[in-house]
Amino acid sequence: MTTLDLEMAEIAKVFFQESREGLDAMESGLLSLGTTADTENINTIFRAAHSIKGGSATFGFAAVADFTHGVETLLDQMRNGVRPVTPEAIQTLLQACDCLREMVAATEAEQPFDKERIAALNADIAHILGEQPNQAPTPGAHGAAADPGAANELCGWRIVFEPVVDLLRVRNEPTRMFAELSCLGHFNARADVSRLPPLDELDPESCYLSWTIDIAGEVSRAKLDEVFDWVDSRCRVEITPTGSSPIAAGTAPGAPAAPAIAAASNDPKSAPADAPRGSALVSAPAQKAAGESGSIRVATEKVDDIINLVGELLITQSMLSGFADGIDTNDLDRLRQGLSQLARNTRELQESVMQIRMLPISFAFNRFPRIVHDLSRKLGKKVELKLLGEGTELDKTVLEKISDPLVHLVRNALDHGLETPDRRRAAGKHETGTLELAAFHEGGNIIIEVRDDGGGLNKPKILQKARERALVAPDQDLSDEQIDNLIFMPGFSTAEQVSDVSGRGVGMDVVRRNIHDLGGHVQISSKEGLGSTIRIRLPLTLAILDGQLVRVGKEIYVISLLAIVETIQVARERVNTLAGRTEVFRLRDEYLPVVKLCDQFGVEPDSRSATDGLLVVVEADGKRAGVLVDDLLAQQQVVIKSLESNFKPVSGIAGATILGDGTVALIIDVPDFIRAAVKRSGGAFTAHAA
Amino acid sequence: MSTAKATAGADKSAAATSEQYLTFMLAGEEYGVDILRVQEIKGWDKVTRIPHTPDYVLGVINLRGAVVPILDLRRRFGLETIEFGPTTVVIVVRVMSGPAERTVGVVVDAVSEVYNVDSADTKPPPDVCGTVDTIFVKALATIEEKMLILLDIDRLIGNSIGDELSPGVAAA
Repeated sequence: MTTLDLEMAEIAKVFFQESREGLDAMESGLLSLGTTADTENINTIFRAAHSIKGGSATFGFAAVADFTHGVETLLDQMRNGVRPVTPEAIQTLLQACDCLREMVAATEAEQPFDKERIAALNADIAHILGEQPNQAPTPGAHGAAADPGAANELCGWRIVFEPVVDLLRVRNEPTRMFAELSCLGHFNARADVSRLPPLDELDPESCYLSWTIDIAGEVSRAKLDEVFDWVDSRCRVEITPTGSSPIAAGTAPGAPAAPAIAAASNDPKSAPADAPRGSALVSAPAQKAAGESGSIRVATEKVDDIINLVGELLITQSMLSGFADGIDTNDLDRLRQGLSQLARNTRELQESVMQIRMLPISFAFNRFPRIVHDLSRKLGKKVELKLLGEGTELDKTVLEKISDPLVHLVRNALDHGLETPDRRRAAGKHETGTLELAAFHEGGNIIIEVRDDGGGLNKPKILQKARERALVAPDQDLSDEQIDNLIFMPGFSTAEQVSDVSGRGVGMDVVRRNIHDLGGHVQISSKEGLGSTIRIRLPLTLAILDGQLVRVGKEIYVISLLAIVETIQVARERVNTLAGRTEVFRLRDEYLPVVKLCDQFGVEPDSRSATDGLLVVVEADGKRAGVLVDDLLAQQQVVIKSLESNFKPVSGIAGATILGDGTVALIIDVPDFIRAAVKRSGGAFTAHAA
Repeated sequence: MSTAKATAGADKSAAATSEQYLTFMLAGEEYGVDILRVQEIKGWDKVTRIPHTPDYVLGVINLRGAVVPILDLRRRFGLETIEFGPTTVVIVVRVMSGPAERTVGVVVDAVSEVYNVDSADTKPPPDVCGTVDTIFVKALATIEEKMLILLDIDRLIGNSIGDELSPGVAAA
């Protein structure tokens, strides 16, 4: 690749990114368009399409440019008030957005397009435009700039002017001709520079250029002929009227055809003079700047690097603090002051840097207007979507991983929760149902609620299905809440039919597992006839954990504070041995297995007896166990480092962290740990209630 | 580190086919790894053990904020183990494992030299090549009358961590 190619590739990346954002803006604009033609909104949508068209033409992405051209034409009509904003038009435009997204993605990945879909949508757009199918030919790959919207004329002419090489020698000056033409009407010319030789072969007295000129206005053919009267007869001059007939595309070298439009005003804004190369891209950032609040895109790796370095800084700082304690001089006070200041600064720096990874949840909520719009149409239900707390921030990784589960929950709510308008009216409710997505901070967590005012869960049916599937013992009595949460069990579905939206019974347990993997918690509560609320609790960031350091022999491990119920010293009488192998201890009214870290991890402990060490009672997935350790050390916030990035997953270990003295401590994966312990105990402990 | 030339007449620019190798000693044999893979060389320091791993995985260390596993090559190759002391060296390498890059440290007896090795001076390994499984050996090179065993470090590390199916990698 030449340097120029590399640069272009870099700039193209920016184009792809901005196109994606532009398409998002178009989509959200279209969704909020409704049936009122809010001029500002349409303009925003138009500008987005315009930028994409210009940029794609500049890069020679002809198919994208052509397709966008049709879209842009339709939008232009709407914003000029020429065409009404109808739901059909909006729907077609939304589909065009989708198609464009795919085309942009395909262009970026250098994959082929779905030509049928493109053709079908083009036909739809053309149908709406009420004219013959758009014959916009390929913009040429020569120097001609992308022409955003040639003159939409009622009366006008297109002149192709190809002078002979000697034109200048016979004392004909094209610029004079152009001056005359511009007096006749609105003048726009595009030059074809394809015949230009390299500079060292260039003869300054020869004419290598040819032009395609658009004249807009009431101009008679005769006047045009007059202008070209003096031109050498050997030049090629082709004059065709624009307006009611499609443009003869073939003759104009690389000139995008003016779309065949019925009535449109002569809008000077839509026919700028020859824009310099790259202006399409330049204008895009300018427009974006108007709406942006001053932000930059940063690669995640850079942020992670900074986080690592800040971590190291903290270690150094705490090392220095440690030294200071051993010195005994008069300067000690100042040294101490300096160090405590350093500690404050470093802690603040760490908090700020952690904040960088936080993004508002609106990034996840943004896809829902579209999803709800499409799904409600498909299911024939009327839904109003309310988004609350969109500014609530959470860690980027958590955000990315919570998106899909949320989509599933929303689809479920629409499919199973909300009733059809008929049933709602029969139940005395408003026929438009409400779906609320709310996010807020609570404690050190973020809570996301999905609330619907639909029919709620059918508890008797759920209980029956669960008993049928032997998920629940026939005589077991469950509270309302427990019944509700049965839907999270694998394979559970009371849906009568399996639709492609939901019903296969695969979804809810995957949702719960995904949320658990994030260190979160999900539960549902519902009232029959009134609706359901699904409540998701997530840690604010995956990267940090509040941990309890424990010591077994010479090794230090970290247990997440969230998993710890309590820590006790076990009295001899409370410990019994099961089948000679597993020890259990009695905690008030239940028996818990004793899990020895030393055995699980092959470490040499201070003592193997449950009564000598401390027992940390941990809980995961409703199961509890007591973990035997030699000593409890400090509680601290630790930064979680993945063991997998350089190594591989290890059973029982969730990750690693770097302690204050620079050594690595392993973080215990409590659910995994308990599962392994239960297995080792030979099934002596089966779960009590899932 | 001196850079010895593989053959008398060869010069640096001569070979598109010459590569630089960092060599190290392990139980009396000299092995070489592609120098482009070597990130740094450090001394031996305390390591945090990881449970459920084969014996040659000594544990992990903190390398400027990153958690890096350390492998003992003597144990990996089934050789007699020695005490780690002040001369024990850890070579930190970056290896490709699938699409991702891994940083891993290997413990060796001592670091030796950096050599330019012309591919013309290399021979493919025989089927039986001493203590090392030949799947890890890229080639054998002769330099200054000694034999260098050039390792395919990507394969060696990948396999040691258990990427491909391999007997001897304990499952958790």
